[in-house]
Amino acid sequence: MTAVAEAPAQKVGEVASFTVTMRVMRYLPDENGDAVPRWDEFQVESHGTDRVLDALHKIKWEQDGSLTFRRSCAHGVCGSDAMRINGRNRLACKTLLKDLDPSKPITVEPIKGLPVVKDLVVDMEPFFASYREIMPFLITTGNEPTKERLQSAAQRERFDDTTKCILCAACTSSCPVFWTDGQYFGPAAIVNAHRFIFDSRDEGGAQRLEILNDKEGVWRCRTTFNCTEACPRGIEVTKAIQEVKRAMITRAF
Amino acid sequence: MQTHQYDVVIVGAGGAGMRAALESSARVRTAVISKLYPTRSHTGAAQGGMCAALANVEEDNWEWHTFDTVKGGDYLVDQDAAEVMAKEAIDAVLDLEKMGLPFNRTPEGRIDQRRFGGHTRNHGEAAVRRSCYAADRTGHMILQTLYQNCVKNDVEFFNEFYVLDLLVDHDLAAGHVPEGEEVNVSGVVAYELATGEIHVFQAKSVVLATGGAGKIFKTTSNAHTLTGDGMALAYRRGIPLEDMEFFQFHPTGLAGLGILLSEAARGEGGILRNSEGERFMERYAPTIKDLAPRDIVARSMANEVREGRGAGPNKDYVLLDLTHLDPAHIDAKLPDITEFARTYLGVEPYTEPVPVYPTAHYAMGGVPTNIEGEVLRNEHDVIRGLYAAGEVACVSVHGSNRLGTNSLLDINVFGKRAGISAAHYAAQASFVDLPEDPAATVVAELEQMRTRPDGERVADVRRALQETMDANAQVFRTEESLHQALADLRELQKRYQAVSVQDKSRTFNTDLLEAVELGFLLDIAETVVVGALNRQESRGGHFREDYPDRDDKRFMRHTMAYRRPLPEGRRSSKGDGDAKGAFAHSTTFEGYQLVLGSKDVVVTRYQPMERKY
Repeated sequence: MTAVAEAPAQKVGEVASFTVTMRVMRYLPDENGDAVPRWDEFQVESHGTDRVLDALHKIKWEQDGSLTFRRSCAHGVCGSDAMRINGRNRLACKTLLKDLDPSKPITVEPIKGLPVVKDLVVDMEPFFASYREIMPFLITTGNEPTKERLQSAAQRERFDDTTKCILCAACTSSCPVFWTDGQYFGPAAIVNAHRFIFDSRDEGGAQRLEILNDKEGVWRCRTTFNCTEACPRGIEVTKAIQEVKRAMITRAF
Repeated sequence: MQTHQYDVVIVGAGGAGMRAALESSARVRTAVISKLYPTRSHTGAAQGGMCAALANVEEDNWEWHTFDTVKGGDYLVDQDAAEVMAKEAIDAVLDLEKMGLPFNRTPEGRIDQRRFGGHTRNHGEAAVRRSCYAADRTGHMILQTLYQNCVKNDVEFFNEFYVLDLLVDHDLAAGHVPEGEEVNVSGVVAYELATGEIHVFQAKSVVLATGGAGKIFKTTSNAHTLTGDGMALAYRRGIPLEDMEFFQFHPTGLAGLGILLSEAARGEGGILRNSEGERFMERYAPTIKDLAPRDIVARSMANEVREGRGAGPNKDYVLLDLTHLDPAHIDAKLPDITEFARTYLGVEPYTEPVPVYPTAHYAMGGVPTNIEGEVLRNEHDVIRGLYAAGEVACVSVHGSNRLGTNSLLDINVFGKRAGISAAHYAAQASFVDLPEDPAATVVAELEQMRTRPDGERVADVRRALQETMDANAQVFRTEESLHQALADLRELQKRYQAVSVQDKSRTFNTDLLEAVELGFLLDIAETVVVGALNRQESRGGHFREDYPDRDDKRFMRHTMAYRRPLPEGRRSSKGDGDAKGAFAHSTTFEGYQLVLGSKDVVVTRYQPMERKY
């Protein structure tokens, strides 16, 4: 199962227009790269099916063009717009305003633990660097088969959950261990290691487990479940991390 | 300003760009420049699958796939290219599996296959199971798998760099360059979003892989970033755009939002119904019904709504019914798209039908290439060192209507081919001198836009563009509606000259880049509308109510749109291709004209027939 939406009972068009207050954390570096973070408030006219991303676009397009955030697909598959909305990591394009109690101001901040570049944009490089370190690719030995490698439906199902990752960093930047220790690989890198460790076709599991046995590896996880709660794809992140820990004990080491 | 030198520069890091990069980087020094992080590209939004005649679950062969592709494209497909694609599809799927892509499996452990619109057994007898898939996130898995292999092969990326100019040693847009004369690419100019710095990349080969341009429409399945950058860059440099009037409207966009629900929903048994509960596709395509090609289904839906059989309070959509399917089956095969219905419309697909309406989805046209991925500057001549693949290109395997799954196939087959061709060329070519001050045009335009104190808002002009395109150049078109679109476009181009941005900074200035992208959209829209006006027939995705039939005699040719200078005195400006008969038109814009030409359709095995399903 992917993430279950809190299914609203209304039909399209039944939710009337409303005005919502958006409180957005701003960080606008000047020519020297200096900036002081501040909160800006905007009033936005919204409709029933509008998402936080729509509200941000309305601000950018109608009120303040300097408001800066990343976005692309706008329906939860590209992973560009993870941000902290009312204190929780979510994708702006998957969070409907009406599900957030629009009678109160909605706060929007950049995800935590990564350097802020401007407004809601953070430097993603450290995040991708961790991802690249766990060797996120199929490792095989021997001759390539002429046709496909065989894999049973059950073997395929074994790692299905972790193939859903869109590298949005919502999990990693919700992790208290990552906030205090940027060296920690973080949940997303472990999820992507899991995707290969439990793929029956892969032969690089031992190498990946060794990488994650590092002092900044899986053992730093404190099982707070923030990552599972943050994942916009409904991946059971904490469970995946536990499975990697278990594999370390039961496999090679 | 920084200058870089690479053998091959690939512009765009979606499926086509990364597939090309895997080939090119194994052979020569390669850089990939992308305005997004690689895994953000819209390939990741593709859902249903990638067709290949593996025959894993039932009898199939690549010749049937070729035929379906040609017929699906209403015979405007270049048949040599379609044959290459259908043949190489099998290896393309196996390549991805070997790279690690987690396809769904058959009970025997082979790659599973399912039905998809327009893909049939034995030349249209019945639907065939040809689409290889990974749940309903096949594109996501392709994008992830290609990026994973780029990480493995240490491919060099320049992320969040916008390519804003293509450097060619002849200014084709300034005038006619005689046929046969050698034209070379020398590199690209890029803008680094994080810092506002300009980078010039000198390259022996450049591969355009920038994707589509769906944002010319208001209702679209496309990402905000799909603004036709590569097409517009080529067009501005005088390189023709081919068949731009053919835009695919995908039948099942979430009503009012345009978010895509895969055709896989119908492949797995979903049914379209009107307000009376009738399965109306039985009337329009008696044999394959809901699995008819997209242009036919989209038009049928729009027609139901027009004739008053639309559902909902405003009777402005139809219903996609999955309620007869087992919820467990839906969860296993269509998890993501049913979640879209829940999240965005609050509809539970287990028990309620989902409101859907056609959404602008895919540009069949683009930068013309041959089957090696080389870009053509007229009917015959290539630009040396310039390649294109994927949605930005028109090879043309989709003709006037693309079959579902053939885009994921296109990016893999022709991405690979373009990557190999670009690397082979670069291995034996030398660098072409850059023009003096190569970034001058880009710098001047950006500065002008950034420093203009007050003016039009980008969002207002863009909204007006999208609204006129939806109203006048969508599923149904007429001479009158297209003239209206053209008049609106001219007005908007004028207003664009006065746009200003509020963000004056150099750090991550997306305000400025949205303004630049709007310029691309306006250019693309002009080629779509002019091509559509000229094509007085209905074929595939292009439907003219005033010319409802296909007219092979006049229009069985590819449209080529060239940007050329205004004629001096009485001498008329020339296109570079064959501009005879139905394509001998030019349209004047502020400071230049769009000259139409045409190009032969390659016909090998299949003579045009009436297209019935």
